[in-house]
Amino acid sequence: MQNAKSDRGDTPDLEGLARRIRGKIIEMSHKAGAPHLGSSLSCVDILVAAYWGVLKINPENPRDPERDRFILSKGHAASALYAVLAHRGFFPRDLLDTFGENGGSLPEHPSPGCVPGLEAATGSLGHGLPLGVGMALASRIEKRPYRVFALLSDGECNEGSVWEAALFAPAHSLENIAAIIDYNKWQATGRSDEVTALAPLSRKWESFGWSAYEVDGHDIHALKARLGEVPDGSGRPVAVIAHTVKGKGVSFMEDDNNWHYRIPNEDELKAALRELALL
Amino acid sequence: MRNAFADELTRLAGEEERLVLLSGDIGNRLFDKYKQKFSNRFFNCGVAEANMVGVAAGLALCGLRPVTYTIASFATIRCLEQIKIDLSYHNVPVIIVGVGGGLSYAENGATHQSCEDISCLRVLPNMAVICPGDAWEVRSALRAALKRNGPSYIRLGKRGEPVVHKDAPPFVIGKGIIVKEGTEVCLLSTGNMLPNAVEAARGLEERGVSTRVVSLHTVSPMDEELLAHAFSNFRVVATIEEQSLLGGMGGSVAEWLADRKPQKACLCRIGAKNEFLHEAGGQEHARKIHGLTPERIAEKVVQKL
Repeated sequence: MQNAKSDRGDTPDLEGLARRIRGKIIEMSHKAGAPHLGSSLSCVDILVAAYWGVLKINPENPRDPERDRFILSKGHAASALYAVLAHRGFFPRDLLDTFGENGGSLPEHPSPGCVPGLEAATGSLGHGLPLGVGMALASRIEKRPYRVFALLSDGECNEGSVWEAALFAPAHSLENIAAIIDYNKWQATGRSDEVTALAPLSRKWESFGWSAYEVDGHDIHALKARLGEVPDGSGRPVAVIAHTVKGKGVSFMEDDNNWHYRIPNEDELKAALRELALL
Repeated sequence: MRNAFADELTRLAGEEERLVLLSGDIGNRLFDKYKQKFSNRFFNCGVAEANMVGVAAGLALCGLRPVTYTIASFATIRCLEQIKIDLSYHNVPVIIVGVGGGLSYAENGATHQSCEDISCLRVLPNMAVICPGDAWEVRSALRAALKRNGPSYIRLGKRGEPVVHKDAPPFVIGKGIIVKEGTEVCLLSTGNMLPNAVEAARGLEERGVSTRVVSLHTVSPMDEELLAHAFSNFRVVATIEEQSLLGGMGGSVAEWLADRKPQKACLCRIGAKNEFLHEAGGQEHARKIHGLTPERIAEKVVQKL
């Protein structure tokens, strides 16, 4: 891989990095026979923006009490988080090749503390935001000014616990938490706006007392700018509705919900890597 | 039990600055003293138990020691999956306190009765399930749970139950407390049935049956040493709980027994029937229906002798 060193810090070529991470995720899915590829690909740019330039984190000291916290509430995109953490220097990249292996440390949904840099075990939806709210509250009680980012899927917003947390955070003026919604317009078996009345999503968060922003979820620099402004000065928690494309980066996977569960075969892997200019 | 909990919690918050109290919109005035002293460590989470458990886990993951408090049924099976994932799986030091365990709030109807919580929580890895027998045990249980490095559930009764112990008894999570000595029958009581167990023992003694009473306050982890001794030394071991007969403390003892060679003692499980009460009526009435009065307990034991 090129630019291996610069991946560890604030690299100028974040788009190239995101492309390489996408390639790695597709390889991981192919090798492990693991589903949720479309969901992992849709949030890569959000993760790259957060981990390269927004989060105050130190891979050398992953348990620093002052660090910013990032929770992948949509735990089914674990391959994306693992790839990002490895490229950010939290653990060796070789470990990614053991994704989903029997007895390995990278389950398809992350277990507690399975790798350095992982803040919470997820997989069951609707857990990450309440956890994040608790962490944001802890920062206030302990007078440690860190921030908390929770990445949710749009389908996850079906869960009542998301909205319980959404009601709670503004009541306590928790301005150091951001809920990022990976709004790829699909959930497991249907359009997310059709399965439940999700739209207008931004106005829902706004009406719950959050500062809601819509952003192109594949524009890394726009994401960095938006996430960098948490807290945003309003005294309210921040919701970032990131418009994304499920399966982003590979033409034959984009917006095709079959790739929620489908595993790429050898030919599809090669075709995808070629499209990403990695082969 | 309820007031002892609030009082002890306020005391502990003074000793442990990481303690944070989360309430599910109940306990009006109960925490006035706590709130007065520790206003920055009290949060009313509203009627949103799933979020309350998640928030507690988030606090604990950042090094704090949260205590959640609401009515037993809402504190537990209402948000069981949050408890499983956020607390048990992460193995974080959160104390869930449920008030109105068993039939304590019988008059409110089956929605407010909680005869399933012990069964549901005792199967969760890392979770300590503690059912104090009286107000003294409540204080000790809270203190002990706060020292644990994993999640605990403390099941309270209500306000004003009879106090069994004269003082705070020696209390270790996972170790039963012998309340009264005896040689033929061993009554294992968990939670708020302890006064009835003591009363039942009195009835048995009047019939010439020497009876030991144990407050088996911890259902998980089970006191296996105590069970091994009881089943090899007594004629009847009876489990007594204001909890479903399915999977509760008695169920737990039955599982233990099933995995062993035949023992000297036979088991007599006394608990709530697996059915909802549809009629009105208070705790004493509900206990009569479920056969949990001291008289019925003694009769059931005698039948096994």
